[in-house]
Amino acid sequence: MADPISQFEIIDLVPLGKIGNVEISFTNSALFMVVAVCITAFLLLGATAGRQIVPGRLQSSAEVVHEFVANMIRSTAGEEGLRFFPLVFSLFMFILIANVVGLIPYSFTVTSHIVVTASLALIVFFTVLVYGFWKHRFGFFRLFVPQGIPGYILPFVVLIEIVSFLSRPISHSVRLFANMLAGHITLKVFASFVGGLGALGVIGWAGAVLPLGMVVAITALELLVAFLQAYVFTLLTCIYLNDALHPGH
Amino acid sequence: MADPTHATTQAKPASEHGGGFPPFNADTFASQMLWFALCFVAIYLLIARVAIPRMSGILSTRRAKIDADFAEATRMKGDADAAVAAHEKALVDARARAHAMAVSTRERLAAESEAHRKSVEDELNRRLAESDKAIAASKADAMTNVHGIAVETAGAIVNRLIGTTPSDKAVKSAVDEVLGR
Repeated sequence: MADPISQFEIIDLVPLGKIGNVEISFTNSALFMVVAVCITAFLLLGATAGRQIVPGRLQSSAEVVHEFVANMIRSTAGEEGLRFFPLVFSLFMFILIANVVGLIPYSFTVTSHIVVTASLALIVFFTVLVYGFWKHRFGFFRLFVPQGIPGYILPFVVLIEIVSFLSRPISHSVRLFANMLAGHITLKVFASFVGGLGALGVIGWAGAVLPLGMVVAITALELLVAFLQAYVFTLLTCIYLNDALHPGH
Repeated sequence: MADPTHATTQAKPASEHGGGFPPFNADTFASQMLWFALCFVAIYLLIARVAIPRMSGILSTRRAKIDADFAEATRMKGDADAAVAAHEKALVDARARAHAMAVSTRERLAAESEAHRKSVEDELNRRLAESDKAIAASKADAMTNVHGIAVETAGAIVNRLIGTTPSDKAVKSAVDEVLGR
């Protein structure tokens, strides 16, 4: 039985050489990122190639996702938020597909690596920062100064606001990373119980039924988590972008 | 800012007893970030350049089609309403005309029957008058006869009583006197 951590191992599939003294290769992680891109392309482009007025199932699901993300942006960041629609849509599709593909046994979960989720979170963080300063110049600092706060506690509140702003990419990335990691470890642990008990003979088979049921149930739960974490990540992105659009609260 | 390193240091204890926890193995970061960057740029271009314009096109085409169909349906409903109104107007007109026709017919028939009644009445009155005249004539006739009979009878009675026949003239005057003429 492999230990529950080995599923996160990065395996070099095609070594590509070195840049400086850093090893660069096409890994299993890269493979599943490419798979995610291909599935996104199929779902969004293949399904809409017909451009039907009355959509079929695939086109309809592509349109549902499109409207879902668009409505999320409208409700949290307003109509101006739609200028970030391509970015938010890309984040949602990438995370959702990566999460769901990771649930397939023997596949690899791209979002279970902190470097990927941190990259995603930093894209959002720097987009907020750059757009906020570009749009509002120093007015962007109003984000850290809530209105209606008495003067004597204002410095304290501003400090807290700045710390909370700077810690956003951490919570943003760790939330997704930790959820995917924990879910997959739990699945693996219960799955190894099934294997371990099954090896004990007839009594073991009877005992293995319970963890097997758990594996089935947790798989269903993980499917929900896969979607939910993609949704949460995207929703937080919308909320952060709203700060860049309207820093005055 | 300072984020991946921050997260890494936070979770350091896990990697210490895990014996190289793969997500915190910094050797793999460069490859992952490179491929992530390539894939995310690919997905971004795919979505921004192709998917969103195409889907917006589909949705706006559909909305335009629905709006056009709705406008067409509204126009048709207007036509149908107009047709119903015209039909009802025709119905009202026809009813009014029928009523007018009924009234005029009734009046004409009433006038006709009145005229008929009048002619019949006139005829009856004429006949009544004729009959009255005939009765009066018969009565006068009868009275003349009664006079003659009375004169004769009176002459005969006087002859029987006194044996002489009075002169016609005397008898006649006597009878006349009795009859009050």
